[in-house]
Amino acid sequence: MSILTKDEAKKIIDKALSYAKADETSVNLSGGRTGNIRYARNAVSTSGEGTNLSMSITAVFGKRAGTATLNEFDDASIEKTVRRAEEVARLAPENPEYVPMLGPQTYLPADPYSENTAKIDPDFRAKATFNSLDPCRKKNLTAAGYMEDSTRFTAIGNTKGLTAYNRETSVEFSITVRTADGTGSGYATRDVTDVSKLSTKDATEIAMQKAMASTNARALEPGKYTVILEPAALLSNVDASLMAAMMNGLDARNAEEGRSFMSKKGGTTRLGDKLFDERVTIYSDPTNLEVPAAAFGGGGGGGRFGGGGSDGRPQEKITWIEKGVVKNLSYSRYWAEKKGVKAVPPPANFIMEGGTQSLADMIKSTEKGILVTRFWYIRTVDPQTLLYTGLTRDGTFYIENGQIKFPVKNFRFNESPVIMLNNLEALGKPVRMGGNLIPPMKIRDFTFTSLSDAV
Amino acid sequence: MQRRDFIQLSGLGIGSLFTAGVPVFGNNVSADYLFDASGWGAGVDAAAKKKLADVALNTAKSQGATYTDVRIGRYLQQYLFTRETKVQNIVNAESYGIGIRVIANGTWGFAATSDVTPDAIARCAKTAVSIAKANSRLQTEPVQLAPQKGVGEVTWKTPIQKNAFQIPVSEKIDLLMKVNGEAMRNGAAFVTSNLFFINEQKYFASTDGSYIDQDIHRIWPTFTVSAVDRAAGKFKTRDAISSPMGMGYEYLDGLASEKIKAPNGLVGYRYSYDMVEDATLAAKQAKEKLTAKSVQPGKYDLVLDPNHLGLTIHESVGHPTELDRVLGYEANYAGTSFATLDKWKSKTFNYGSKLVNIVADKTQPNTLGTVGYDDEGVPCKEWDLIKDGILVNYQAIRDQAAILGEKESNGCCYADNWSTVQFQRMPNVSLKPGAEKRSVFDMIKGVDKGIYIIGRGSYSIDQQRYNFQFGGQLFYEIKNGEIVGMLDDVAYQSNTQEFWNSCAQLCDKDDYRTFGSFFDGKGQPSQVSAVSHGSATTRFNGVNVINTGRKI
Repeated sequence: MSILTKDEAKKIIDKALSYAKADETSVNLSGGRTGNIRYARNAVSTSGEGTNLSMSITAVFGKRAGTATLNEFDDASIEKTVRRAEEVARLAPENPEYVPMLGPQTYLPADPYSENTAKIDPDFRAKATFNSLDPCRKKNLTAAGYMEDSTRFTAIGNTKGLTAYNRETSVEFSITVRTADGTGSGYATRDVTDVSKLSTKDATEIAMQKAMASTNARALEPGKYTVILEPAALLSNVDASLMAAMMNGLDARNAEEGRSFMSKKGGTTRLGDKLFDERVTIYSDPTNLEVPAAAFGGGGGGGRFGGGGSDGRPQEKITWIEKGVVKNLSYSRYWAEKKGVKAVPPPANFIMEGGTQSLADMIKSTEKGILVTRFWYIRTVDPQTLLYTGLTRDGTFYIENGQIKFPVKNFRFNESPVIMLNNLEALGKPVRMGGNLIPPMKIRDFTFTSLSDAV
Repeated sequence: MQRRDFIQLSGLGIGSLFTAGVPVFGNNVSADYLFDASGWGAGVDAAAKKKLADVALNTAKSQGATYTDVRIGRYLQQYLFTRETKVQNIVNAESYGIGIRVIANGTWGFAATSDVTPDAIARCAKTAVSIAKANSRLQTEPVQLAPQKGVGEVTWKTPIQKNAFQIPVSEKIDLLMKVNGEAMRNGAAFVTSNLFFINEQKYFASTDGSYIDQDIHRIWPTFTVSAVDRAAGKFKTRDAISSPMGMGYEYLDGLASEKIKAPNGLVGYRYSYDMVEDATLAAKQAKEKLTAKSVQPGKYDLVLDPNHLGLTIHESVGHPTELDRVLGYEANYAGTSFATLDKWKSKTFNYGSKLVNIVADKTQPNTLGTVGYDDEGVPCKEWDLIKDGILVNYQAIRDQAAILGEKESNGCCYADNWSTVQFQRMPNVSLKPGAEKRSVFDMIKGVDKGIYIIGRGSYSIDQQRYNFQFGGQLFYEIKNGEIVGMLDDVAYQSNTQEFWNSCAQLCDKDDYRTFGSFFDGKGQPSQVSAVSHGSATTRFNGVNVINTGRKI
């Protein structure tokens, strides 16, 4: 049994803490089950399932910390591991940035868990795959896809009285459909907490349409274009992305040390500055029902943006950018203490406010522009300006007078999300992407620097 | 399945990994524990492993498998992370377990367990067969496995001089503190430095009659130095120009005999690295970058250092010649390839100019790809990918050889852990040096308008590997055969075939050295691998250079 209840987990953690002799001791117990199925060339290529349950114990003497891990939970093994953590701590170099552990905390009532997802079995994965493969086979299209489901929990406790528990489920699905001759390609991706909200068939049908519509792409001159960026072009589960780059850059220490896009001339930061279009508002909220997240950071409960670490800091509703103004930066506990400010942890999710328009509405209101399904191989070019490069992929189309006219060859872009969020034309209705909510965006003067023959 | 953590750290020059983190397999243990004879895998000798492997082979066969291979692996990792005067983190991790792969009903099945006891192994083998049988219902064609004669009971070890895991942690910290100290003394505002050590103790057995015991070592020292001009609100970084290697701790000896002199006081490192010297140079160069001239965009002749060109080879030749990509197995993730079978069959596809000879191997001494046998028991070798500019072959494993009409695998199958299934991974892919005697000084003399580029910088290439953009760590402007100063904001954009056809001149074997990628990502769920790319300094004519400077 790898998913322990709150009480089961607390019992084991309390047992470990009862053996502790160090100045401070913390315990992190986490476990879960992941399953996956992968297919390509219209057939399953790999499939697997695995479980794990492990506990890590950190002992601290002064500013020296040591960690030891175990996956057997009898009393003797637990006690032996506590002693090992203490031995390692005594031998460890002193960490001048060590901050004592937190005491009891109050957490928001977040529960990012679904029983439907926890019940997924190999038959369910096979059926979900068949629902994606079958329509492709029937249309003589070639499918390559991947689905991964995860059910996990994290429990933490320490000798200062802190205690926290989170259970979480997630399913990520992605599908690439190519035409038999390889001249068209389409993509769709979905992620959910509750698998009953996932239709692999519906997502596959979108990828199929894009594949069929993207054959015989025409070449347009590279340059500055109005673009409609679908959410998968703004945030990715499997690559760097423009929005993740920006959200990951909201670290106070890097900004104050003068080595971040948030640093400013004269040694100050852009905190409090209006850096983006006034329609840009981004906040975090672990209790949002569409993108629920752990109410504290760390382990299996941590978010994809790093969460609050395993220190047990609460994840709260917090606004990062309000009407284009930078309102908050995140802090390590050490840096916050040094600066005498609240130690705001990096977020577990983020929600960007948008409008009510659907993607179709946004296309309709576009005189001339390019619709981008997704970007690929996105890499930082200059961290100073957050300039990134990458390419369009799996469905890029020319829009004229409110209609998709024809597919276009893929472009390479060189652009900064800071510039992009100043050149904002319109925001659509936010959708879930990688555990966050993000709207499709219409951006003017988006910089494409060269053409690619890739399909 | 074992726990797989990612350490999130900023300012790291992490290879071709998609996520900005470093993968850690298995459980954290103390450094001493890694050598403790009572450690999970440490006390198990080859004879005992053979017995355990036979349990899997026999069970799978009795369940109806027609082929089985077994990997019993103990994977050790030690990673050290520091910044300025502080040790941020020391990771000591061990992962031990067994992975069993079978063919039943003509279909692959795989299962793995950390419980390496006869009963658990038998259960695991049964699971692998049942997965194969279940998936066979969805298959249309049976797996065709290229034959491999059993090699019997053999061993192979990376020929290291100093086992990095036996060097005290304090000695490693002392080195990194010296590196950081010299960087700060020479003008760095910040510095992070890291050491990565990996030891794979792998035992492979298959129904072909192979029992292969291998002990593999890898090392990667690296750092990032930052210079900051607070008044101007500017910062610049310079990463180490070390290379990850298939060597022991002796790579850090900094032998003078392995240094290759280059213009402007630059130093190239062959099979020995002087980390303190490189950090000293890096601090000075990072400061110089703060005031370097912004490049005028246009066409330039590029002189590319091996420590830069390696990544271009990796992305524009290594990945497109992976046969699984060519066939479409990676279509939903990394992508497919422009180097399609029809181009290969034509025997006339000009991948590059006549000077371009690119070989694949898992045999070059001191490199990351080099082992005795791959993860499906095939002895390692060298083969041509591009000969005199023509595409002549791919990277293929046993279940792909038949597609090429070949009778044997190239021997480039790899899994990053006992818990993950092996698949086609990149061998070393290297550009052969020129036959004519030529140093980098000679090469620069012949360039009228060019840029000399050193080190890996920003890199991006499309999913079929046509269009790419590369930056670097250091850029020097060449005018009329001489270096006239440092440049900034440089990136070049090209098309793979066009770029390799613009290859105009090669330095010779004395300039040859390897670059490496330590955490190359591929597959879903993603696996890492380590691979080297050798070359001498090489000239490419008339490449499009863009200016990447922006204002926000």
